[in-house]
Amino acid sequence: MEPINIVNSVITPLDRKNVDTDQIISKEFLKRIERTGFGQYLFYHWRFDAEGNEIQDFVLNKPEFKESKILVAQDNFGCGSSREHAPWAILDYGFTVVIAPSFADIFHNNCYKNGILPIKLTEAECDEILAKGLATPYTVEVNLAAQTVTGEDGQVYHFMIDPYYKETLLNGWDEIALTFKYEEQIAAYEAQRIAF
Amino acid sequence: MGKNIIEKIWDKHVVYQEEGKPDLLYIDLHLIHEVTSPQAFEGLRMNGRKVRRPDLSFATMDHNVPTKNLPTITDPIARNQIETLAKNAEEFGVELAGMGHPDQGIVHVIGPELGLTQPGKTIVCGDSHTSTHGAFGAIAFGIGTSEVEHVLSTQTLWQNKPKTMEIRVEGELPVGVAAKDIILAIIAKFGIGVGTGHIVEFTGDAIHQLSMEERMTICNMSIEAGAKAGLISPDQTTVDYIRGRRYAPKGEQFEEATAYWLSLASDEDATYDTVRIIQAADIEPIVTWGTNPSMGSGVSSHVPTQADYADESDKAALRKALAYMGLEEGQPLTSIDIQHVFIGSCTNSRISDLRAAAAVINGRKVHDNVTAIVVPGSHTTKLQAEAEGLDKIFTAAGFEWRESGCSMCLAMNDDVVPAGERCASTSNRNFEGRQGAGARTHLVSPAMAAAAAIAGHFVDVREFVKETV
Repeated sequence: MEPINIVNSVITPLDRKNVDTDQIISKEFLKRIERTGFGQYLFYHWRFDAEGNEIQDFVLNKPEFKESKILVAQDNFGCGSSREHAPWAILDYGFTVVIAPSFADIFHNNCYKNGILPIKLTEAECDEILAKGLATPYTVEVNLAAQTVTGEDGQVYHFMIDPYYKETLLNGWDEIALTFKYEEQIAAYEAQRIAF
Repeated sequence: MGKNIIEKIWDKHVVYQEEGKPDLLYIDLHLIHEVTSPQAFEGLRMNGRKVRRPDLSFATMDHNVPTKNLPTITDPIARNQIETLAKNAEEFGVELAGMGHPDQGIVHVIGPELGLTQPGKTIVCGDSHTSTHGAFGAIAFGIGTSEVEHVLSTQTLWQNKPKTMEIRVEGELPVGVAAKDIILAIIAKFGIGVGTGHIVEFTGDAIHQLSMEERMTICNMSIEAGAKAGLISPDQTTVDYIRGRRYAPKGEQFEEATAYWLSLASDEDATYDTVRIIQAADIEPIVTWGTNPSMGSGVSSHVPTQADYADESDKAALRKALAYMGLEEGQPLTSIDIQHVFIGSCTNSRISDLRAAAAVINGRKVHDNVTAIVVPGSHTTKLQAEAEGLDKIFTAAGFEWRESGCSMCLAMNDDVVPAGERCASTSNRNFEGRQGAGARTHLVSPAMAAAAAIAGHFVDVREFVKETV
């Protein structure tokens, strides 16, 4: 996967909580057998009406956010289905960072496997960024190495990240290749594991 | 100090541990289906890797399969996915219960049915409802496709040890209240994010009085409470269920396994990071009225009003949900007319679910305005139901009797609810568009779904069964 460190972009304020992966990528688009090409279907039923026309009110359709790389949402982002098609769609559409007060566990893990940086800020901080981004286009710079989100107004937000996943993202490592280095430990475990 | 079952199983599966890293966890059983595996197998192929333990992997086809007019799949993209799994299983030597195979069924129904699911195992699948298998006292959780590839290649996963949570259901469950109502009540009370970052153990008398199939319904929806996994400590009910199943240990080995399994149950003085308690006596049959599984209320009550919420974002969420669902604030739940009924899914498609639904019918007919389908969870379940004559009860009442699969739970095949129409569904998610673009889903138990099919609207099944034909 692609390494990630600094991302500078206007934020897309998606002011909703409990955004589930069925909304991120609807089931009719899960039948492909590739990892690519899902971006066109991201938030499909929020972006398009039944005739396939863009719904102008929806934030992703606003011209000022078309080039955005940073999605900001409310609590419990990515809940529901484990479908990795959700992060694939987010990445393919052009987002590499998602900021929210909390993420559902499986989605959170899936981000790390695909070079997407999920950033947890507090609810108050997310509310503040969303408010700024809804009022007028708001640009921030995300710095993974420094663990900061810096607004164009100079406001700095700090975030925590698991050191293991930080390193993986910064380097764009293939996790499976890393795990193969533990072959000896895996084999030793298998030799004594309880199995009926 | 004692340990809870989550700690006991976790600790037994750590292959490698290092400060600042997640644990490298061994996986005992990897279940595979057609939708979340093709990219993982392709990854193996591209990197010249093989499946490390085909003997610990098992595949089936469930998400895409049609439930009528087998074996034709009219959708060419779905057919490609099905054929791809068949090819992958053969190439990599993974056992497959494919379309038309006697063991085929929803992955979370056949695992337990075949005896693959056992206490103490770590079980994963590229499907969030893998938590179902926790009913046996296993740590079972859903993973993404990259992790599917990781397990195929290494039989391990890097995992941060989650926090532990006890959700205790105290007291006796009232008559006419189902396992589905317990889990919907838990999610309604504590919220869809309550379990985030945790593995949940369900405890209490009301839980341990449940059958294995009812326990599976509870654990199945742990993910709807945000939990990484949900489980129940094994007891005699667990052991009795497993005995004699195809992949269960046999003879002396079964006795040895039993002793081990029972030793995994949480110690009496075990502690948890978080404890939540709910009284069984307070639970009644639930109907969801909104667009996530926490948006549900007792059938005797009504759709909430904005005044019921203090928080502005909750009021906004209510408005948005009711606009999608086409409901009014304060509307009695029994006044909601339905056009579709779906009895099926990994939550409620097992034999006891079908029996519970059939028992409500009692010679009555599906309402003229309702299309109702029953989709057994597996081919084996279907045959058993037919041997018991349940199919005849359903078809005589006007239900369609289908082949097994995920079907209308996520509507990836042809079983779709049209836009604007309502479905009383025994499945697990009422998200926008889940059962079809614009479709409106109400989650209920099998008995509540059957009663709604007959009445044409939601009714309290406890009253309904008393009525004579």
